[in-house]
Amino acid sequence: MSVIKKFLYVNRRAPHGSIYALESLEVVLIGAAFDQDVALAFIDDGVYQLMLNQDTSGIATKNFSSTYKALGDYDVNKIYVEKESLEMRGLSKENLLPLTYEDEDDDWAEKDSIQIVTSAELSDIIDNQDLIFSF
Amino acid sequence: MSVLHIINKSPFEKNSLDTCLRLAKKGSAVLLIEDAIYAAQKNTAVADKIDAAVIKHTVYALEPDLDARGVDKSTIIDGISLVDYDGFVQLATEYSGTQSWL
Repeated sequence: MSVIKKFLYVNRRAPHGSIYALESLEVVLIGAAFDQDVALAFIDDGVYQLMLNQDTSGIATKNFSSTYKALGDYDVNKIYVEKESLEMRGLSKENLLPLTYEDEDDDWAEKDSIQIVTSAELSDIIDNQDLIFSF
Repeated sequence: MSVLHIINKSPFEKNSLDTCLRLAKKGSAVLLIEDAIYAAQKNTAVADKIDAAVIKHTVYALEPDLDARGVDKSTIIDGISLVDYDGFVQLATEYSGTQSWL
Protein backbone atom coordinates (compact mmCIF):
# COMPACT_ATOMS: atom_id res chain seq x y z
CA MET A 1 0.00 0.00 0.00
CA SER A 2 1.36 3.34 -0.98
CA VAL A 3 0.93 6.36 1.23
CA ILE A 4 -0.81 9.37 -0.26
CA LYS A 5 1.23 12.51 0.28
CA LYS A 6 0.33 16.14 -0.01
CA PHE A 7 2.16 17.75 -2.94
CA LEU A 8 2.27 21.50 -3.48
CA TYR A 9 3.57 23.00 -6.71
CA VAL A 10 4.58 26.63 -6.24
CA ASN A 11 4.51 28.74 -9.42
CA ARG A 12 6.13 32.18 -9.33
CA ARG A 13 7.08 32.89 -12.98
CA ALA A 14 5.23 34.54 -15.84
CA PRO A 15 4.21 32.06 -18.55
CA HIS A 16 6.05 32.90 -21.79
CA GLY A 17 9.33 34.59 -20.81
CA SER A 18 10.90 31.39 -19.48
CA ILE A 19 10.27 27.64 -19.57
CA TYR A 20 9.35 27.36 -15.87
CA ALA A 21 5.57 27.58 -16.26
CA LEU A 22 5.33 24.95 -18.99
CA GLU A 23 7.73 22.63 -17.16
CA SER A 24 5.72 22.96 -13.96
CA LEU A 25 2.48 22.15 -15.73
CA GLU A 26 4.01 19.04 -17.31
CA VAL A 27 5.36 17.83 -13.97
CA VAL A 28 1.95 18.42 -12.35
CA LEU A 29 0.20 16.36 -15.01
CA ILE A 30 2.75 13.53 -14.69
CA GLY A 31 2.48 13.62 -10.89
CA ALA A 32 -1.31 13.57 -11.07
CA ALA A 33 -1.13 10.11 -12.64
CA PHE A 34 0.25 8.75 -9.34
CA ASP A 35 -2.90 9.51 -7.31
CA GLN A 36 -1.32 11.89 -4.86
CA ASP A 37 -3.00 14.80 -3.08
CA VAL A 38 -1.94 17.61 -5.40
CA ALA A 39 -2.35 21.37 -4.96
CA LEU A 40 -1.01 24.30 -6.97
CA ALA A 41 -0.10 27.75 -5.69
CA PHE A 42 0.27 30.79 -7.96
CA ILE A 43 2.28 33.61 -6.41
CA ASP A 44 4.01 36.75 -7.76
CA ASP A 45 4.25 36.69 -11.59
CA GLY A 46 2.96 33.11 -11.46
CA VAL A 47 -0.59 34.50 -11.39
CA TYR A 48 -0.06 35.59 -15.02
CA GLN A 49 -0.01 31.90 -16.04
CA LEU A 50 -3.77 31.79 -15.48
CA MET A 51 -4.65 34.88 -17.54
CA LEU A 52 -7.65 34.56 -19.85
CA ASN A 53 -7.38 35.02 -23.64
CA GLN A 54 -3.71 34.21 -24.12
CA ASP A 55 -2.96 33.98 -27.86
CA THR A 56 0.61 33.03 -28.69
CA SER A 57 0.12 32.86 -32.48
CA GLY A 58 2.05 36.13 -32.85
CA ILE A 59 5.14 34.89 -31.00
CA ALA A 60 5.15 31.39 -32.50
CA THR A 61 5.27 29.46 -29.22
CA LYS A 62 3.02 26.75 -27.80
CA ASN A 63 -0.11 28.16 -26.18
CA PHE A 64 -0.31 25.87 -23.16
CA SER A 65 -2.80 28.05 -21.25
CA SER A 66 -5.73 25.88 -22.33
CA THR A 67 -4.01 22.87 -20.72
CA TYR A 68 -4.77 24.30 -17.25
CA LYS A 69 -8.44 23.56 -17.99
CA ALA A 70 -7.59 19.83 -18.07
CA LEU A 71 -6.34 19.85 -14.46
CA GLY A 72 -9.84 19.22 -13.12
CA ASP A 73 -10.04 15.97 -15.12
CA TYR A 74 -6.83 14.83 -13.41
CA ASP A 75 -8.33 15.48 -9.95
CA VAL A 76 -6.13 18.53 -9.53
CA ASN A 77 -8.71 20.88 -8.10
CA LYS A 78 -6.97 22.78 -5.34
CA ILE A 79 -5.58 25.83 -7.12
CA TYR A 80 -4.60 28.62 -4.77
CA VAL A 81 -3.95 32.13 -6.12
CA GLU A 82 -2.50 34.70 -3.75
CA LYS A 83 -4.75 37.74 -3.39
CA GLU A 84 -1.88 40.14 -2.74
CA SER A 85 -0.11 39.07 -5.96
CA LEU A 86 -3.26 39.71 -8.00
CA GLU A 87 -3.85 43.12 -6.43
CA MET A 88 -0.29 44.29 -7.07
CA ARG A 89 -0.90 43.53 -10.76
CA GLY A 90 -4.33 45.19 -10.96
CA LEU A 91 -5.98 41.81 -11.51
CA SER A 92 -8.93 39.95 -10.01
CA LYS A 93 -10.48 36.50 -10.39
CA GLU A 94 -12.44 37.72 -13.44
CA ASN A 95 -9.15 38.06 -15.35
CA LEU A 96 -8.30 34.40 -14.76
CA LEU A 97 -9.24 31.19 -16.59
CA PRO A 98 -12.48 29.73 -15.19
CA LEU A 99 -11.02 26.45 -13.90
CA THR A 100 -13.54 23.91 -12.63
CA TYR A 101 -13.87 20.27 -11.63
CA GLU A 102 -16.71 17.81 -11.10
CA ASP A 103 -17.08 16.81 -7.44
CA GLU A 104 -17.71 13.06 -7.26
CA ASP A 105 -18.76 13.38 -3.60
CA ASP A 106 -21.46 15.88 -4.50
CA ASP A 107 -23.30 14.25 -7.44
CA TRP A 108 -20.62 15.45 -9.88
CA ALA A 109 -21.54 19.08 -9.35
CA GLU A 110 -19.26 21.48 -11.23
CA LYS A 111 -17.19 23.51 -8.80
CA ASP A 112 -14.53 26.20 -8.92
CA SER A 113 -10.97 24.93 -8.67
CA ILE A 114 -9.47 28.37 -8.09
CA GLN A 115 -9.42 29.74 -4.58
CA ILE A 116 -8.17 33.27 -3.99
CA VAL A 117 -6.28 33.16 -0.69
CA THR A 118 -4.54 35.77 1.42
CA SER A 119 -0.84 35.58 2.25
CA ALA A 120 -1.75 34.41 5.77
CA GLU A 121 -3.95 31.62 4.41
CA LEU A 122 -1.31 30.61 1.88
CA SER A 123 1.40 30.43 4.52
CA ASP A 124 -0.76 27.91 6.44
CA ILE A 125 -1.28 25.90 3.23
CA ILE A 126 2.48 25.82 2.57
CA ASP A 127 3.07 24.78 6.16
CA ASN A 128 0.73 21.82 5.80
CA GLN A 129 2.43 19.96 2.88
CA ASP A 130 4.55 16.84 2.69
CA LEU A 131 6.41 17.89 -0.47
CA ILE A 132 6.87 21.26 -2.15
CA PHE A 133 8.07 21.74 -5.73
CA SER A 134 9.18 25.23 -6.76
CA PHE A 135 8.99 26.64 -10.27
CA MET B 1 20.74 61.19 -31.78
CA SER B 2 18.70 59.23 -29.32
CA VAL B 3 18.62 55.73 -27.95
CA LEU B 4 15.94 53.05 -28.13
CA HIS B 5 15.82 51.39 -24.72
CA ILE B 6 14.46 47.84 -24.78
CA ILE B 7 13.18 46.08 -21.66
CA ASN B 8 12.18 42.40 -21.66
CA LYS B 9 11.84 41.53 -17.96
CA SER B 10 8.81 41.76 -15.70
CA PRO B 11 8.92 44.88 -13.48
CA PHE B 12 7.80 42.66 -10.58
CA GLU B 13 10.69 40.25 -10.97
CA LYS B 14 13.67 42.40 -11.93
CA ASN B 15 14.74 46.03 -11.58
CA SER B 16 15.38 46.52 -15.33
CA LEU B 17 12.49 48.99 -15.67
CA ASP B 18 13.69 51.08 -12.72
CA THR B 19 17.29 51.20 -13.90
CA CYS B 20 16.27 52.00 -17.46
CA LEU B 21 13.98 54.83 -16.41
CA ARG B 22 16.65 56.18 -14.07
CA LEU B 23 19.30 56.32 -16.82
CA ALA B 24 17.36 56.96 -20.04
CA LYS B 25 17.67 60.54 -21.26
CA LYS B 26 14.61 62.67 -21.86
CA GLY B 27 13.37 62.20 -25.41
CA SER B 28 14.74 58.70 -25.79
CA ALA B 29 12.37 55.83 -26.50
CA VAL B 30 11.42 52.88 -24.28
CA LEU B 31 10.14 49.68 -25.86
CA LEU B 32 8.49 47.04 -23.64
CA ILE B 33 8.75 43.50 -25.00
CA GLU B 34 8.27 39.95 -23.66
CA ASP B 35 7.57 39.94 -19.88
CA ALA B 36 8.16 43.70 -19.65
CA ILE B 37 4.77 44.29 -21.27
CA TYR B 38 3.17 43.59 -17.87
CA ALA B 39 4.44 47.06 -16.91
CA ALA B 40 2.11 48.55 -19.53
CA GLN B 41 -1.10 47.57 -17.71
CA LYS B 42 -3.17 50.07 -15.75
CA ASN B 43 -3.77 49.72 -12.00
CA THR B 44 -0.60 47.81 -11.20
CA ALA B 45 1.91 48.64 -8.46
CA VAL B 46 4.26 50.07 -11.13
CA ALA B 47 1.70 52.06 -13.15
CA ASP B 48 2.86 55.36 -11.64
CA LYS B 49 6.34 54.79 -13.07
CA ILE B 50 4.97 54.32 -16.58
CA ASP B 51 2.62 57.31 -16.18
CA ALA B 52 5.74 59.39 -15.50
CA ALA B 53 7.74 57.69 -18.27
CA VAL B 54 5.26 58.53 -21.05
CA ILE B 55 5.80 62.24 -20.32
CA LYS B 56 9.57 61.99 -20.54
CA HIS B 57 9.90 59.33 -23.26
CA THR B 58 8.10 57.82 -26.20
CA VAL B 59 6.94 54.48 -24.80
CA TYR B 60 6.09 51.51 -26.99
CA ALA B 61 4.86 47.98 -26.27
CA LEU B 62 5.14 44.98 -28.59
CA GLU B 63 1.62 43.88 -29.48
CA PRO B 64 2.28 40.15 -30.14
CA ASP B 65 3.70 39.91 -26.62
CA LEU B 66 0.55 41.51 -25.17
CA ASP B 67 -1.63 39.03 -27.08
CA ALA B 68 0.46 36.03 -25.99
CA ARG B 69 0.02 37.00 -22.35
CA GLY B 70 -3.71 37.75 -22.51
CA VAL B 71 -3.19 41.44 -21.75
CA ASP B 72 -6.16 43.29 -23.22
CA LYS B 73 -5.39 46.47 -25.16
CA SER B 74 -8.11 48.33 -23.25
CA THR B 75 -6.06 47.88 -20.08
CA ILE B 76 -2.92 49.54 -21.47
CA ILE B 77 -1.80 52.83 -19.91
CA ASP B 78 -2.66 55.91 -21.99
CA GLY B 79 0.27 57.28 -23.94
CA ILE B 80 1.82 53.92 -24.81
CA SER B 81 1.99 53.14 -28.53
CA LEU B 82 1.68 49.55 -29.74
CA VAL B 83 4.02 48.20 -32.40
CA ASP B 84 4.28 44.90 -34.26
CA TYR B 85 7.52 43.23 -35.37
CA ASP B 86 7.80 45.46 -38.45
CA GLY B 87 7.37 48.47 -36.19
CA PHE B 88 10.09 47.11 -33.90
CA VAL B 89 12.51 46.97 -36.87
CA GLN B 90 11.46 50.45 -37.97
CA LEU B 91 12.21 51.83 -34.47
CA ALA B 92 15.63 50.17 -34.48
CA THR B 93 16.48 52.00 -37.70
CA GLU B 94 15.15 55.36 -36.50
CA TYR B 95 17.23 55.62 -33.34
CA SER B 96 20.98 56.08 -33.14
CA GLY B 97 21.40 52.92 -31.10
CA THR B 98 19.66 50.39 -28.89
CA GLN B 99 20.20 49.47 -25.27
CA SER B 100 18.76 46.19 -24.02
CA TRP B 101 18.16 46.14 -20.25
CA LEU B 102 18.41 42.38 -19.81
